[in-house]
Amino acid sequence: MSLIAITEVKKRFGDNEVLKGISIDVAPGEVVAIIGKSGSGKSTLLRCINGLETIDEGSIVVAGAQFLPDEVHLKALRLKVGMIFQQFNLFPHLTAGGNVMLSQMVVKKTPKKAAEAVARKMLDRVGLAHKFDALPDELSGGQQQRVAIARALAMQPIALLCDEITSALDPELVAEVLAVVKELAAEGMTLVMVTHEMRFARDVCSRVVFMHQGRVHEIGAPEDVFANPRTPELRQFLGVQ
Amino acid sequence: MTYHFDFGWLIDSLPVLLKGIRITVQLILIGAVFGVALGIACAWVRALGPKWLKPVVATYVELIRNTPFLIQLFFIFFGLPSLGITMSELTAANLAMVVNLGAYSCEIIRAGIQATPRGQFEAGASLAMTPFQAFWYVVLVPALQRIWPALSSQIVIVMLGSAVVSQIAAEDLTFAANFIQSRNFRAFETYIVSTLIYLALAILLRQLLAGLGWMLFPRKASR
Repeated sequence: MSLIAITEVKKRFGDNEVLKGISIDVAPGEVVAIIGKSGSGKSTLLRCINGLETIDEGSIVVAGAQFLPDEVHLKALRLKVGMIFQQFNLFPHLTAGGNVMLSQMVVKKTPKKAAEAVARKMLDRVGLAHKFDALPDELSGGQQQRVAIARALAMQPIALLCDEITSALDPELVAEVLAVVKELAAEGMTLVMVTHEMRFARDVCSRVVFMHQGRVHEIGAPEDVFANPRTPELRQFLGVQ
Repeated sequence: MTYHFDFGWLIDSLPVLLKGIRITVQLILIGAVFGVALGIACAWVRALGPKWLKPVVATYVELIRNTPFLIQLFFIFFGLPSLGITMSELTAANLAMVVNLGAYSCEIIRAGIQATPRGQFEAGASLAMTPFQAFWYVVLVPALQRIWPALSSQIVIVMLGSAVVSQIAAEDLTFAANFIQSRNFRAFETYIVSTLIYLALAILLRQLLAGLGWMLFPRKASR
């Protein structure tokens, strides 16, 4: 059974239809990379999966939680899927530890002590136990993104959505973030990531989705997609003849 | 012509003066706390709140920001009793200050909220917070930090503006000064003293607000 079932999803911004009927099933433990040119709808699709965007047609179900645009359903959905953003989006007034604790205490009503214990564990998991009391401003981009990962993990999601999480990082900081993601994948976390890191997609992902003009243009195992692109669009995107 | 300063009256008038100071301080403390609280609530409505409530708050804010404080005060103290709502001078003065600061601080705080990057709301939402939780726990403190200097100035302006409550015989510092100079006929000295007290209070208030900001908002350890 699939963990994330995306069925015939359509999304319009005014007259502009950005998703033209997308269907993807993600199995538990799968690591799916979504690649494609900008404007192909890949970020929009990802944002639909945890309800940051509404959908016009089709359905999205994550582990039994159906995406419906009301507060109760959105909360149920978002408790199952965590999201990590390109711009980190850490809360600037809270320390790294505070960032990881906040939603546990506010949303799950976890007592402070328990939330702190979880936060320390999660920060340790991303290699930042020693930065518990540091403010986001005092961290490098790579460290901030790892705190964001710890923050999402603290809610114990069953899947993580990663929206170009290394695109805002200096090249030398990309590796430390990808290493954390790779570890999560190895531990069996289900990941759906929009990425421009083709090597990472090839090495770590179990499936690659190539999106083009609001549709799934090609989908398959990374070996196939990268070695034998079938369509001229993917060939052009990958820069192979 | 030489003027001979005489501050001999000061000792006898000290109790009246001290009472005036106490009332002015009380006015500004209540005005600032409840006024800013009202401002936060109104800013939330105008920036993020339910659609049906927005015109109500907009009307309140524009009504207050486009009429004189003295008229608002008169309206509350002399006008409302016609509707059967009567209150003491001090209550009326407190209410007028809360209502006035509420409107001005609403617009200042709203600016701070609207300058928040969208990603902050989205990060809150993706962690399963409700829109209000995201506002309260994620957006509000950085928003206040952004506009803290402007808000502090507005609070000081309202404190200085509180002098007009003497017009409805609320016994604040200005009322005390008027009272004293009508007895000692030493207007020059009396207003020098009251001016200096207002100056000291304003400086003290600014320091207090700066200190509050220092406590509320995070600081880098290195600074």
